[in-house]
Amino acid sequence: MVQEAAVGADGKPRIAGAMPVTLKINKKQYSIEVDPRTSLLDCIRENLAITGTKKGCDHGQCGACTVIVNGRRINSCLSLALMHDGDEVTTVEGLGDPDHMHPLQDAFVECDAYQCGYCTSGQLMSAAALLTEQCGHSDDDVREAMSGNICRCGAYANIVSAIQQVRSKS
Amino acid sequence: MKQFTYTKTSEINSAVQEGSANKTAQQGAEIRFIAGGTTMLDLMKLMVETPNKLIDINHLPLDKIETTSGGGVKVGAMVRNSDLAHHPYIKSHYQVLSEALLSGASPQLRNMATTGGNLLQRTRCVYFRDTEFACNKREPGSGCAAIDGDNRMMAVLGTSDKCIASNPSDMNVALMALEATIHITGKDGDREIPISQFYTLPGNSPDVENVLKPGDLITHVSIQPMPPGSNSTYLKLRDRASYEFALASAAVITQVKDGKIAHARVALGAVGTIPWRSPEAESVLVGTAPTAENFRKAADAALKDAKPQTHNKFKIELSKRCLTHALKLVTTA
Repeated sequence: MVQEAAVGADGKPRIAGAMPVTLKINKKQYSIEVDPRTSLLDCIRENLAITGTKKGCDHGQCGACTVIVNGRRINSCLSLALMHDGDEVTTVEGLGDPDHMHPLQDAFVECDAYQCGYCTSGQLMSAAALLTEQCGHSDDDVREAMSGNICRCGAYANIVSAIQQVRSKS
Repeated sequence: MKQFTYTKTSEINSAVQEGSANKTAQQGAEIRFIAGGTTMLDLMKLMVETPNKLIDINHLPLDKIETTSGGGVKVGAMVRNSDLAHHPYIKSHYQVLSEALLSGASPQLRNMATTGGNLLQRTRCVYFRDTEFACNKREPGSGCAAIDGDNRMMAVLGTSDKCIASNPSDMNVALMALEATIHITGKDGDREIPISQFYTLPGNSPDVENVLKPGDLITHVSIQPMPPGSNSTYLKLRDRASYEFALASAAVITQVKDGKIAHARVALGAVGTIPWRSPEAESVLVGTAPTAENFRKAADAALKDAKPQTHNKFKIELSKRCLTHALKLVTTA
């Protein structure tokens, strides 16, 4: 059996069977090689060390890994990095930074919409997408639209308040 | 996750050709198409699905929702659940389908999941999903851990002594009531299959779930218009208000004329091993007045062959009440 070179042309270690993919994450382009099994989530966190996006269940049941791809929110754990060649990905790092917070980030601070913070980046990305989607005006409508994001601390009431605060101002 | 090779194609013919090398298109397939990935990658991480090749079909030109000259609709296999649910024509003409889709999963998952993939949604049976347990569906001949296990979520209709796994779909229950047609292309050409003939009961081979053969690719789903003046709805009952699989659900379509039900289509979710159409309930309803008493008779007829397990007897009464209430909602709309 022919073994693939352990070191690539660029001198860096090479993974057997790795394939090239180009992702545009938070407006910056990354061209890398990944094991085909790499989820979009693991690619962002492990290969590219952009760690704001969190891994909760890794099975599409918690929403911690929510990112926005080509304008739509998805669970990055249930998608392969290779399926997103050329796609535009926005993670929480692309939403705002400490000096220029997104209105949702300001509202989450103001409304105390998190406790441990582990689900927060997923909550924020889901909420950011919600602002662009068809969603009714009531708190119940927001709860339904946010039901794919679980918060084990139970900060739900404040999360809904933060989202409604931003929606009422826009 | 087991290692696999990954290819992608934007041509239907090459997808079919690559898929045709498969020995089976059912459980144990070595080649799998991947679209949304919401089921496939989940099961691959659990080692329930172990393909050695994935063919990414996300770029096939099958992402359109088209109305047909007769007032029906043709939905491409790559149309995402969210796009289908929010499409103006679906919302206005096929309320039951839009409601069913929006009751399933979460907004993120609906943005990923496709129409074709959703038709092939797998059971949520915990024993199927855990390779430590016996499961005839996952590993034929190994036994069924659910029959003597925790079977609260399992099916009461269409079960066998080999498998009692329930079908968890919402969309397919609506498509059953709508009598959708599934368009398939394969190595021997194109064919159309009524959804009533698409799914196979577990019987002695629960690993076989539908009529798909190696190389077969679902390209479209077509739906005829509902009869003029008919109403439809999807009612889903579950352990929590959102983002949960059904304990019982009902898709109903009725047309009431001169105080009597002239047309009725009934399908039940979460109680069958496949999305469960009930011609028994339909024949009870047609020609009768839309009353609570007649709805209950229809529900009794729909569940008359139900066979409960240790922990899911409640599903029979729950399913009856679900159907009865759905019929009330749709006839008083």
